[in-house]
Amino acid sequence: MSGQGIGQVLLYCALLVALAYPLGLWMARVYTVPRLPFAALENGFLRLVGGRREQSWKSYAKTLLIFSAAFSVVVYGIQRLQAHLFLNPDHLGAVPSHIALNTAASFVTNTNWQFYGGESTMSYLTQISALAVQQFVSAAVGMAVLAAVIRGISRRSASELGNFWMDLYRSMFYILLPLTLVLAVILVSQGVPQTFSGHATAKTVEGVAQTIARGPVALMVAIKQLGTNGGGFFNANSAVPFENPNGLTNLLELLSILLIPAAQVFMFGKMVLQRRHAWMVFAAMFAMFAIGLAIALPSEQHGSQVLRASGVNIIQGHGQSGGNMTDKEVRFGIANTALWATATTDASNGSVSGGHDALTAGGGAVPLVNIFVGEVIFGGVGSGLYGMFFYILIAVFVAGLMVGRTPEYLGKKIEAREIKYAAVGALFVPTVALALTAMSVVTHSGLASIYNPGAHGFTEALYAYTSQTNNNGSAFAGYGATSFSAYFGAIAMYVGRFVPLLAALAIGGSLAAKKTAPVSAGTFRTDGPTFAVLLVGVIVLTAGLMVFPALTLGPIVEGLMH
Amino acid sequence: MLRDLKGSIVAIVVLTAVLGLGLPALFTGFSQLAFSSQANGSLLTVNGKVVGSRLVAQSFTKPQYFHERPSATSPPYNGGGTTFANLGPTNPALAKAVKDQAAAILKLEGPYNHGLTIHQIPVDAVTTSGSGVDPDISPAYAQLQSRRVAAVRHLPLSTVQRLIHRNTNGRSLGFLGEPGVNVLKLNLALDKETHK
Repeated sequence: MSGQGIGQVLLYCALLVALAYPLGLWMARVYTVPRLPFAALENGFLRLVGGRREQSWKSYAKTLLIFSAAFSVVVYGIQRLQAHLFLNPDHLGAVPSHIALNTAASFVTNTNWQFYGGESTMSYLTQISALAVQQFVSAAVGMAVLAAVIRGISRRSASELGNFWMDLYRSMFYILLPLTLVLAVILVSQGVPQTFSGHATAKTVEGVAQTIARGPVALMVAIKQLGTNGGGFFNANSAVPFENPNGLTNLLELLSILLIPAAQVFMFGKMVLQRRHAWMVFAAMFAMFAIGLAIALPSEQHGSQVLRASGVNIIQGHGQSGGNMTDKEVRFGIANTALWATATTDASNGSVSGGHDALTAGGGAVPLVNIFVGEVIFGGVGSGLYGMFFYILIAVFVAGLMVGRTPEYLGKKIEAREIKYAAVGALFVPTVALALTAMSVVTHSGLASIYNPGAHGFTEALYAYTSQTNNNGSAFAGYGATSFSAYFGAIAMYVGRFVPLLAALAIGGSLAAKKTAPVSAGTFRTDGPTFAVLLVGVIVLTAGLMVFPALTLGPIVEGLMH
Repeated sequence: MLRDLKGSIVAIVVLTAVLGLGLPALFTGFSQLAFSSQANGSLLTVNGKVVGSRLVAQSFTKPQYFHERPSATSPPYNGGGTTFANLGPTNPALAKAVKDQAAAILKLEGPYNHGLTIHQIPVDAVTTSGSGVDPDISPAYAQLQSRRVAAVRHLPLSTVQRLIHRNTNGRSLGFLGEPGVNVLKLNLALDKETHK
């Protein structure tokens, strides 16, 4: 590894903290103050959809579920009808029903798994008014739920967690939209297209006709990065120069992956007035991020077995970045692509700047494990931190057992009910991921999706269901679309999204009702490094151990092969 | 239940209209005015005809041109169907593809680079790019091809080197990303130089 590559990684980390902190403070304001600028627009929207009355967790959940279900129907419908609608200059036909269903599930659940090639399947209308709208909306749903859960932690003897519509509106128009506009303007200036004209046709220098797909790309790329969506305009996502043309856009897109999730940790600290505790949660997340990167980056630089055996020059320096350049772009090289693969799976983003199927055993195992532990290493917008609460409660519970006291978290007594919800939140999704993987590798229709031979093929299936249940959306993209995998995947994405989300809201509702107990000598302190270490330990012991047997069948076997 | 459903339908209509139609329309209008070339795909023209985009690789097969990295799209360098190759790190198909590509390069460049062995071929020359339309090659791969291009075109090597240098994208702001040589722009510059 070069100092240059490490320098870029360190710069990334420094910028992330520097931008996330002030953003977190702003977001805390967004979710707590009664009036923000342009309040008239907000009032108008809320009047249209049914008021700003505070809701119990059950009422909040009900509104959210009905809203998401209704929106799924619309996303499905637009895809099926796109051939008859406007903004379809390249005359694309209707999306096949199994792909349309999988895609509707994918975008409503903030997953953005893509069983289709964007530029050759989706009309401009579908991209901007079905898919990109969900990239705002599904992100805002996750952010709203986090705000509600945090209110549950901070309120005392209360039964309400906030109003869903208001949290949704504010997430979209006071956080996501302004950031998206800033990023989109920079992206266009650097060469990301934004046009309604159909594809261009060039007559190449050697005289061949070449199709150049373009479209309203920049806006979609901006929100897909910021809202931990990940679904690109093009099939090859942010590896395509039209989505990510140079080193500057790469840095900004990379920062956007983790910006809001990281800021939400600081937002949480501010909202519950526990900044030191928030820093410890941040430290635990950052440590796991750094460990992943420290494995992935050298693995990729070391190169794949095939490339090492081939005899070509994979040594970095003398005008090349060397290493495992398979399915990677020259302008990003190894360090930036490995950093992206790590960040996009720490978060529930799932956009890629290089092909994950071609990653080395070590370079591919890191994204897989990152996703499997539930995307709590910063994680998805909203879902990352509310997912982390499950582990935090389990950690506090374990600490309570060790000292023999009723566990407390930020002054609230943690009892059987909360631990049950936390256990469901933490364990349900990985269980489903493993079960679906198992079913897909013992059935002929499941095996039909696998592209690579041997252990790597198993990893493709494991990665596919891990990614979809956890709403990541990145793929070992050789894994193909069949009706079987499309329907299985849709189920995986819906249950993977809404079961933990409901568990988190239930915890929020349960904690809101409690009184605050004063801190005593027996209280386990959650604002010191011991807590951060314990938290990492709990994550490794629960989800980490669950994935280990499957890992041995996939990346570990592969890593031992020659 | 009904109240929520009614609210949801109104919200869906409003949000789709605002974020899904109004916003993209306004932003596209702005982009077309402020960054017309970039917003339309950074197309390059020669004598008024579109010959490609500076951000999309295209096929070069003739010996007087610099060649691109391998592409997994169908047909290769298809700007309308980007894709990875998706071959895993131990896949025998990957081993064969790399071996074949290396052999082709040795055959093409060998006559112009005495004593060329596989160990001098930079890895990006034998591997598919991420997008299938990576417009860049590494400076190392450009150097490897420079002797052939100079010889076939009867240009001094120094002229070709100068054009490589001029068409190398450095790191953004001097430190972000990795340097790459834009093949299409380089080849257009070479044609211009030859026809001077």
